[in-house]
Amino acid sequence: MKHIKAVNQKADRIEAYVAHEAGFGVGHGAPGRGSAANGGGGEPTPPAALGAAGHDDLDVVGLESRPPHEAQGPHFPLGCSLVFSPGWEADSQGGTAGLCQPVERDLFDCHLACFWPAHVPDQLNHAQDWTGKCASAQKDWRKLDLVFP
Amino acid sequence: MSAVAPAVEDRRVALREFHPFEAHGARFLYMVPSAGIFRLDDAGGAILDALGSGPRSTRSLVRELAGRFDSERVLETLDELTQIRAVGDVDAPKEQVPRDLPPPGFPLTTMVLNVTNKCNLACTYCYEYGEDKIVDTRYGKQPKFMSEETAEQSVEFLLAESRGQEVAHLTFFGGETLLNFPVLQKAVAYARRRAAEEGKRIEFSLTTNATLLKPEVIEWLADNHIGVTVSIDGPKEVQDGLRVFHNGRGTYDVVLPKIKELLRVHRTRPIGARVTLTQRNMDVLGIFRHLTEEIGFWEVGLAPVTTQDQRAYAITSEGKDDMLRQFEILAEEWLERAVRNEHHGFSNVKDTVEEIHKGVSKAYGCGAGLGLMGVATDGDVALCHRFAGSEEHTIGSVTEGVDREKQGRFLVDHHIAAKTDCHTCWARPICSGGCYHEAHVRYGTSSHANLHYCTWVRSWTHTCLEIYGALAERNPGFLTRFDA
Repeated sequence: MKHIKAVNQKADRIEAYVAHEAGFGVGHGAPGRGSAANGGGGEPTPPAALGAAGHDDLDVVGLESRPPHEAQGPHFPLGCSLVFSPGWEADSQGGTAGLCQPVERDLFDCHLACFWPAHVPDQLNHAQDWTGKCASAQKDWRKLDLVFP
Repeated sequence: MSAVAPAVEDRRVALREFHPFEAHGARFLYMVPSAGIFRLDDAGGAILDALGSGPRSTRSLVRELAGRFDSERVLETLDELTQIRAVGDVDAPKEQVPRDLPPPGFPLTTMVLNVTNKCNLACTYCYEYGEDKIVDTRYGKQPKFMSEETAEQSVEFLLAESRGQEVAHLTFFGGETLLNFPVLQKAVAYARRRAAEEGKRIEFSLTTNATLLKPEVIEWLADNHIGVTVSIDGPKEVQDGLRVFHNGRGTYDVVLPKIKELLRVHRTRPIGARVTLTQRNMDVLGIFRHLTEEIGFWEVGLAPVTTQDQRAYAITSEGKDDMLRQFEILAEEWLERAVRNEHHGFSNVKDTVEEIHKGVSKAYGCGAGLGLMGVATDGDVALCHRFAGSEEHTIGSVTEGVDREKQGRFLVDHHIAAKTDCHTCWARPICSGGCYHEAHVRYGTSSHANLHYCTWVRSWTHTCLEIYGALAERNPGFLTRFDA
């Protein structure tokens, strides 16, 4: 840095990290965290540590620690079923017994986040007015019916 | 360079979290929570001053400072301030305190062995025997003395739990430590032998009230390179006020010749004094001068008594102010000596300056229950020596190891992330809520932040930052001794 001077050891590490990030270009990644024991910090991981330990070692540490968003597992809407394929329209047996049964509060979560698009009826082609009787999902969700194949 | 503002990306910027301080005519930032320290130049100072009155766009900042600095300098400095997170986008979310727990297998570096819970003194303020005690040391289940077998098991525990570390520290404590001198001797010999077999090194230290320092004991301490800390409160009238034998007789006349003999003979490790400050002895300067200049201790550390407010010896808020004022005088003295590369025995300032130099940012008030543990006389392992024997604060035993579930719960409950009171405090990288034992005595739970001394800690930390900044300006070479 040209204008601000790093004074203590931690500042040296932050400066080295900033220079390291600049070398990698913008958007290389979010600043890392310090070691857990020192973890009140939120300070960037210094490149010196990267060099000394080697990238492989860091990878091992990375693999051993579970990312924070997985702490409680992935989010599934209530009533979600993971075992059928065609979703709302038919279950894996061609019937309707094993369909997902999301409840009202999760209905729009299915629309937005479902990994299997066919879990809601295909409103473009097959079931265009599936929500025709459902003006307000909070009130009218019971009117959303199964769509039979 | 041009004074005309180039086409710059315009964004609204605001100040982020840091604590500014000045020393020796220079301006510094103590970054929170990273604990990095940066020195500002004129432009950096001007930018922060401008943003101090509220967020603004980069363009208007350039315009505002145009008379003093050209746009390139302002933008470059602003960039650097953004990189160190002193400045950020106005709508950037506040940084959350991360709940990063220590990785499994974190090594134990220091173990404190309570070789006895018996004491030949009856100091009024004692946390082990006095009014604020948390363990029934008199009629409780713990034996009065640690057995040789438990001491050996403790050594094995330390060697195993220190994992990959080459050096481990074993500290002996009491009660009065030297009441169990035979086990002490055996434990040191055993630890040396076993450490050598494991390819490790153990360093030893102990704390004593000095009443039992016989010539053969002193010789043994010197021969074995045992670090010694003497609990002593100061000149005769101070020492004899609260540090007394069971019959109420003062201890000064008994300990003085023994301490002098210790300082004369034991030259292998520096000998320090540990002073407990109470409302009855607030003459910090007088105590310090007596212990260093008249008796000859290498270092003196002073700590306010741990107790509840209603005790007669508890330090009042005026007392705390007075204590701080005297600490500041000693800190200034320490600085002047450090500028000349000379020693000054005020260990409170040295310890804090070292933490500031390293940029320590703590997730926990101290290493208790993680890198430091205390062992009770029966072999139960507690958070630290102050909790030794307390069932509530026991996290394992030297024979059965650490109860990882209990330790895990402790680490979650005591993490800075759980101390919401601390989240807006700029001193949290260094304080992190403070001593668990102090919190337990004050608030009934060790996980509580020590809110009763926040103002004091912030004032003292600010003073130490100023000392650090001044030293960095006047004799930066001195600071390299803290580089390790």
